[in-house]
Amino acid sequence: MTDAPLSASGAGIGRSGKVALAFRGTMRTALPILAVVAALVALWYAACLPMNAQQSTLLAERAGVSVTPATAAERRDRSGLALAFANPGVAVEHAFAQERPRLPAPHQVAAELWDSVVDKRVTSRRSLVFHAGITLAPTLLGFAIGSLLGIALAVGIVHSRVMDLSVMPWAIASQTIPILAIAPMIIVVLNSVGIQGLLPKSIISAYLSFFPVTVGMVKGLRAPGSADLDLMRTWNASRLRTFLSLRLPTSLPYLFASLKIAIAAALVGAIIGELPTGAVRGLGARLLAGSYYGQTIQIWSALFGAAIVAAMLVATIALIERITLRRMGLAR
Amino acid sequence: MSGLLIGGTWGLLWWLNVRVARTRAGGVVAPILFGLTLLVLWEMTVRLLGVPTVILPAPTQIARAFAANTDILWADFVQTVLKGALGGWIMGCAAGVGTALLVARSDFLRRGLLPVGNFMAALPIVGTAPILVMWFGFGWESKAAVVVVMVFFPMLVNTVAGLAATDAMQRDLMRTYAATPSQTVRHLNLPAAMPFVFNGLKIASTLALIGAIVAEFFGSPTVGMGFRISTEVGRLNLPMVWAEIVVAAVAGSAWYGLIAWVERRMTFWHPSQR
Repeated sequence: MTDAPLSASGAGIGRSGKVALAFRGTMRTALPILAVVAALVALWYAACLPMNAQQSTLLAERAGVSVTPATAAERRDRSGLALAFANPGVAVEHAFAQERPRLPAPHQVAAELWDSVVDKRVTSRRSLVFHAGITLAPTLLGFAIGSLLGIALAVGIVHSRVMDLSVMPWAIASQTIPILAIAPMIIVVLNSVGIQGLLPKSIISAYLSFFPVTVGMVKGLRAPGSADLDLMRTWNASRLRTFLSLRLPTSLPYLFASLKIAIAAALVGAIIGELPTGAVRGLGARLLAGSYYGQTIQIWSALFGAAIVAAMLVATIALIERITLRRMGLAR
Repeated sequence: MSGLLIGGTWGLLWWLNVRVARTRAGGVVAPILFGLTLLVLWEMTVRLLGVPTVILPAPTQIARAFAANTDILWADFVQTVLKGALGGWIMGCAAGVGTALLVARSDFLRRGLLPVGNFMAALPIVGTAPILVMWFGFGWESKAAVVVVMVFFPMLVNTVAGLAATDAMQRDLMRTYAATPSQTVRHLNLPAAMPFVFNGLKIASTLALIGAIVAEFFGSPTVGMGFRISTEVGRLNLPMVWAEIVVAAVAGSAWYGLIAWVERRMTFWHPSQR
């Protein structure tokens, strides 16, 4: 919140102080974000000019407009930036509406997103919602498995010195294995044993999401201070009671912070897990199919679809976090 | 019978581990013993239960494949880790820190960039791999580009948060010394940011390896760890695939360990290092 008095100019005449404060608060956080996003979009539009210049000049040439290096062979050796500067009018005219641009303009991606999310029926193969749903199932299953495993490991690590000493270093080392890189192998191998469908992708998601939960929960379960632990001991509380009444509640903020990282990681795992399965359904399949057929707009819209799904998942966790912490009286 | 044998070995080694963990040297020996336990159990499981190589090769088979193909593994290592991952990591981290230094001066930009950067860092950025391969070709440049995009935002967010991690008392002290803004950055903000920067470098190192390998699935020359993994999986030559995984794991651990070592040398004053 600002420290300027509410009566300062611009605080709003006719609004109650509370409303003015809330309004100013949202503007204070929203304005910089909007500015940054606007700058990024502007940068994106600007980047379209040189990126698509080759194709733009070709289109213009076919339409009968003269372009500076007259033949395509000559233009091939020029960089996009040089071409865009040599033919500014042509570059601007054709950069934003190509069928298969090297870099689609933001509005093209938005239109494709709108088209494939809103205009298509949800059950249709061309609907992005359908593909997102396919990806969501292994994401959520893997996230559930991974976070339960992570919590269980953390409980073990906090309560057993042997596990702390021997498992923790390996949990860290396990993350240096690029699991995403061997995801195709896991899928293929499990497939050959007859395990298909949801489970192989979920295993990859679970592997990616267990680690942040373990680390966060270990930190959280160890968060109670010695004064609190001493108090439990004074009450002659058993380890189980100490765990349920002290350690678990204290660890919740840490747990939620890790769950947000974990669910984003689980989504990445599910998307990568789709790549080797023949790429038929799901967001990852859309990415791969788009890259096979040079459908750049489709790739970008799948990418943004994935981003939106990730944002919604994280927002859901954040919402649960706020409700839980408020009911526990831990809200900031 | 074989299940009993495996279970017995597991119990014996775990009991040994419990004994070791109580001693002084437990901090070093216990994790090594635990790793050995896993390897022995893995070998026993594969041998005694007759698990086909196609599903899970034994550690000894992997070691043999590793020893027989060191030249191929080395070429793949140079292509993917040294050129793709390390090159992209250096460029991406430098760009992230540089942008953070520019941004940190402005409160407005910081408040705008931090949420956006946090959002971008949570996105499935590996998904840009097909696009970047399309733009930069099949060589290591496209892999480095994927790595740059992947590590940029975590690095930016961490550094910006680190540069802001000074308290009013310290800033007041700098003002009492009549320090110029650049002196304040050099002597206060940069050292204060170091733990955050190292945290970002560590996160980025694992991301870099993943990015470089995954990008190879979308197109690569006939060398590289991602290329090798996908082709050897196709030939069901699993020991070779696992040998590549060993290379990746060792490279990743060494890389992480090196950063952690430098961190301990440079931020010895931080509470988490004591």
